[in-house]
Amino acid sequence: MIKKIKFVIIILFFSFIFFVFFKGLDKPNSYLPKKNITEIDTSLVFKNLYDQKEIVLGELISKNSFSIVNIWASWCLPCRDEHEYLLKLKNLNKINVIGINYKDKKSNATKFLSDLGNPYHEVLIDLDGTKSIEFGAIGVPETYLINNKIIVKKYIGPLDQSKLKDIIEIIKNEKK
Amino acid sequence: MKKNKLILYILSFTLIFLNNLNADNSQQIDKISKNLRCLICQGQSVYDSQSDFALSMKVLIDNKINEGKTEKEIYDFLKNKYGEWIVYEPEIGLNTILLWVIPLILFIFGGILIVRKVSIK
Repeated sequence: MIKKIKFVIIILFFSFIFFVFFKGLDKPNSYLPKKNITEIDTSLVFKNLYDQKEIVLGELISKNSFSIVNIWASWCLPCRDEHEYLLKLKNLNKINVIGINYKDKKSNATKFLSDLGNPYHEVLIDLDGTKSIEFGAIGVPETYLINNKIIVKKYIGPLDQSKLKDIIEIIKNEKK
Repeated sequence: MKKNKLILYILSFTLIFLNNLNADNSQQIDKISKNLRCLICQGQSVYDSQSDFALSMKVLIDNKINEGKTEKEIYDFLKNKYGEWIVYEPEIGLNTILLWVIPLILFIFGGILIVRKVSIK
């Protein structure tokens, strides 16, 4: 009798472990920070891509409306895929789209924009990647929806149709 | 001629000495970056990794040290940006209390088992 109980307990124990690990398989491996609402430091100083003029971030981000900050690079392939969606966002004429050029060469970056179109109202550069860290970025491309100096939503990876819809929806709801 | 050589020696030694003075910043960068998880490369610290993210992170740490920030302030800054996960040592809190307590419980439990086995014999 005791042997039988032991056997059942062991079987239950192993099936429990199996279940836990099996569930774990489905979990995405990449880590996303839980805290999404973070204030951004508006005193950050950036240089403009074209004329190297210094600009304070606070001047670009308007106080009471939405802005989009998109981190991109000419060497980043997914950035090419998301480009059409950024152009669509610009054509809405409702949001200020700011691009941050991440660890890139000026000649490559300007060629990228002249080939594919420039969706940005302002293109800033981040040569050593430290300024992107201030936004909480882990790579390119990343897009931030900002309202009132606070990051409302963060999109890691290239924009697509559903993310674009999401952005438009959020802006609509806020305006009501 | 000999004088010139002497001056050259003294000059090079002072240069080496000055170089060493600057080096303590990099030691602190190493220490901090070893405690930071590289978020895009699994199982590596920022110190180990050569990814773009980790390289920028090291530059950022250097900048922050030069600004006069302490080690704790840098960790707090990064935790604010990336969440608790970025530091290797989790804080003791409601979510992590099990993590800290389970090894202790197992240790005590094992100790009890051993004591019982020995006393039975």
